[in-house]
Amino acid sequence: MGLALLVVIWLITFFSTYFFAAKTWWLPHGASTSAPWIDHQFGLTYIAMGVVFVAAQGALGLFAWQYRDRGSASKVEYSHGNTKLEVLWTALTAILFIGLNLMGSKVWADERFEPAKADAIPVEVTGMQFAWYFRYAGNDGKFGGTNPKLVDPSAGSESAIGLDTSDPAAKDDVVVGTMYLPVNREVNLTLRAEDVIHSFFVPAMRFKQDAVPGLAIHMHFTPTETGDYEIACAELCGLGHYKMHGMLKVVSQDDFDKWLASREAEK
Amino acid sequence: MATTATVHAHAAPQGFIRKYIFSLDHKIIGLQYYFLALVAVFVGMFLSLLMRIHLIWPTAVLPLVGEIKPETYLSLLTMHGTIMVFFVLTTAPQSGFGNYFLPIQIGAPDMAFPVLNMLSFWTTFLAFVAMIAAFFVSGGAPLHGWTGYAPLSALPSAGPGEQLGADLWVISIAIFCVASLMGALNFITTLLDLRAKGMTLFRLPLTCWAWFVTAILALLAFGVLLSAGILLLLDRNLGTSFYVPLVVVNGTVMGHKGGSPLLWQHLFWFFGHPEVYIAILPGMGVASQVLSTFARKPIFGYKAMVYAIMAIGLLGFTVWGHHMFMSGMSPYSAFAFSIMTMAIGVPSAIKTFNWLGTLHKARIRFHSPMLFAIGFVSLFVSGGLSGPFLAQPVLDIPLHDTYFVVGHFHLIMGVAAIFGIFAATYYWFPKMFGRMMNESLGRIHFWVTLVGTYAIFMPMHYLGMAGHPRRYSQLTELAYLHDLIPVQQFMTYAAFITIGFQFVFVFNLFWSMFKGPKASDNPWEATTLEWTTATPPPHDNFGGHTPVVNHGPYEYSVPGAPRDYVMQTDPVTATAH
Repeated sequence: MGLALLVVIWLITFFSTYFFAAKTWWLPHGASTSAPWIDHQFGLTYIAMGVVFVAAQGALGLFAWQYRDRGSASKVEYSHGNTKLEVLWTALTAILFIGLNLMGSKVWADERFEPAKADAIPVEVTGMQFAWYFRYAGNDGKFGGTNPKLVDPSAGSESAIGLDTSDPAAKDDVVVGTMYLPVNREVNLTLRAEDVIHSFFVPAMRFKQDAVPGLAIHMHFTPTETGDYEIACAELCGLGHYKMHGMLKVVSQDDFDKWLASREAEK
Repeated sequence: MATTATVHAHAAPQGFIRKYIFSLDHKIIGLQYYFLALVAVFVGMFLSLLMRIHLIWPTAVLPLVGEIKPETYLSLLTMHGTIMVFFVLTTAPQSGFGNYFLPIQIGAPDMAFPVLNMLSFWTTFLAFVAMIAAFFVSGGAPLHGWTGYAPLSALPSAGPGEQLGADLWVISIAIFCVASLMGALNFITTLLDLRAKGMTLFRLPLTCWAWFVTAILALLAFGVLLSAGILLLLDRNLGTSFYVPLVVVNGTVMGHKGGSPLLWQHLFWFFGHPEVYIAILPGMGVASQVLSTFARKPIFGYKAMVYAIMAIGLLGFTVWGHHMFMSGMSPYSAFAFSIMTMAIGVPSAIKTFNWLGTLHKARIRFHSPMLFAIGFVSLFVSGGLSGPFLAQPVLDIPLHDTYFVVGHFHLIMGVAAIFGIFAATYYWFPKMFGRMMNESLGRIHFWVTLVGTYAIFMPMHYLGMAGHPRRYSQLTELAYLHDLIPVQQFMTYAAFITIGFQFVFVFNLFWSMFKGPKASDNPWEATTLEWTTATPPPHDNFGGHTPVVNHGPYEYSVPGAPRDYVMQTDPVTATAH
């Protein structure tokens, strides 16, 4: 029975570790400035935890086999523990865990404690059951007012977020269902939710933030590669949660300007 | 402690109803809790199987159940989570085994407040009935998840199931809170006041320490959840705005103003994180007890284990914000919650080291309880080590609300705790029912469950890394999920097999209850007080006398002792201490 435990626990450990180490499934390709940092921190944590995982499971399997009851051949060590060992592994664990934590904190601080750069492009993201809408401020650089009484999700775009067209600042606001961003330029996001909590999740950008009714949450990130990236909702928001998705198209600054101009012209 | 006998002078009842239904005997009440949890775990497991079937065969029409629509899937996951957390993981290890064995292990004839004990069971039962009723009302069970985030949970118009079903869900949880508060008071008082002569705090079995600290956690946590639940009921039914700001649902402006969705999350997780330890601490106690017994060796670092339990209990109240790194909460406070969360990993690691230390240079007997205790350690390590990923706010950016989290908490809080329950069942069954369980069936049950649960929950980490969000009823909409469907299929097949083999356990349980070989008073050659009394124990636990304790709880292989264990009540000799 001891041998069986050793074999099974070691096999479980091997297969679990194999699929991590072989990167059969891994973080999706990252295409933002924070992606390399987050992935690096993930890698560090993975190595540290992986070593502890293999060591602990290895020891468990080994002890189960080595110290199985072998009748009179087994000598039990009568011991209530070892204070020196307790202090040692407590200290080591504390250093490992807290150290890992501090290493990761810089990325968090850069993204969240600093406001967006002055030249960042402002985009407002609004989540509602079950769609994402993206608002661009237009030439005046200002978002116009919205009014909850004007909200009409069935009409889509400007009406979906209740844009108050009597506000002069709202005249050139563009509201769309697909997000366009210029590459290598920071985006200054304002996240809102109309009804319940949603979560704006763009795996390739290493970006996730809840959109909460009643709050305007400001965040920023910088895409570094052109391409199409899927947007998901990561917070349970109702029966259509699974289909609340969108698309982020990262394009060159020129293409972005052309796209925005054509949208303005359509209005 | 001289008053013990007078407080508990309730005579053994004769009629069936007073003996088995409205019983005041902590042992019967413990069994009532246990069987309630057994019913609940099969309901919860059945719901999870339906979810797994729906994920890989979304259009399947099942007998009895019919077609599973996206909202049905969300109802299933809500009820699965709620039933498992409250009526299984909180009910069986603490209220079930704690009720039965805490008084016996400390040498008391019953709980401090037997009537309160009966009331807390029947209140729990009422809560369970209210929860199950949510399936059968119009609109069905709620779809807001076991965490019930507002405003989704506060707005009846936010989705199907959010009408009467959601009210029943909140009411059931509120009733459950009341029951848990009564139970917690009883546990704390009993442990502090009713210990037998010589049962000092540092001679308590680690199971008793775990139940005691768990009861303190329950006392502090369930009060908060009860308040939060009442506020939610007011928001839902009386138009208050604790959790709901001005919102527009599908074009209709709701009448609420100025509430805070984050308030619910703070209150919920102030309960919810300690709840994780409420579920797992008793399992840790059982694992310690069983490992020491079958390793024939004292537990490694008894005092370190006690301090670790206390540290986990204390720190458990300072980490709730790690569920909220992506919530819009201040990013500065994330730092504090993150450091505290890493800190709570330290006592958890101490416990693991000490379990391994207990096995080192031991003489291990592999009976079913020991297999499950070893499985517990393995699962605790696996589930625990994904914690330091999620404790880092920066890694929550890719991982939060993905399957990585689902894998993490199922391994550590779900399956590890369940292994604790299994270990406790195989270990104490002879004492509870006077017969032995079948070893061969126990082994089959162990091997399939160990490999099966790893096969179900380990792949969830890979899905989460790939960005698979949790709580998705269909995998067809997001293109990057398509490649992951084979992993989901694998998990569903593993779930079928694992769930199927749980019937081996149920068969073993009921068959052995009537047909198993008779058990002696101390079949495992263990040391704690429950093994000094008759099997099953008499109404007053020790047949009229009160035990006197002379030794610590885990005196195995004491050099010079006549046998390889010294029971807690054995007389003091020159060699044992």
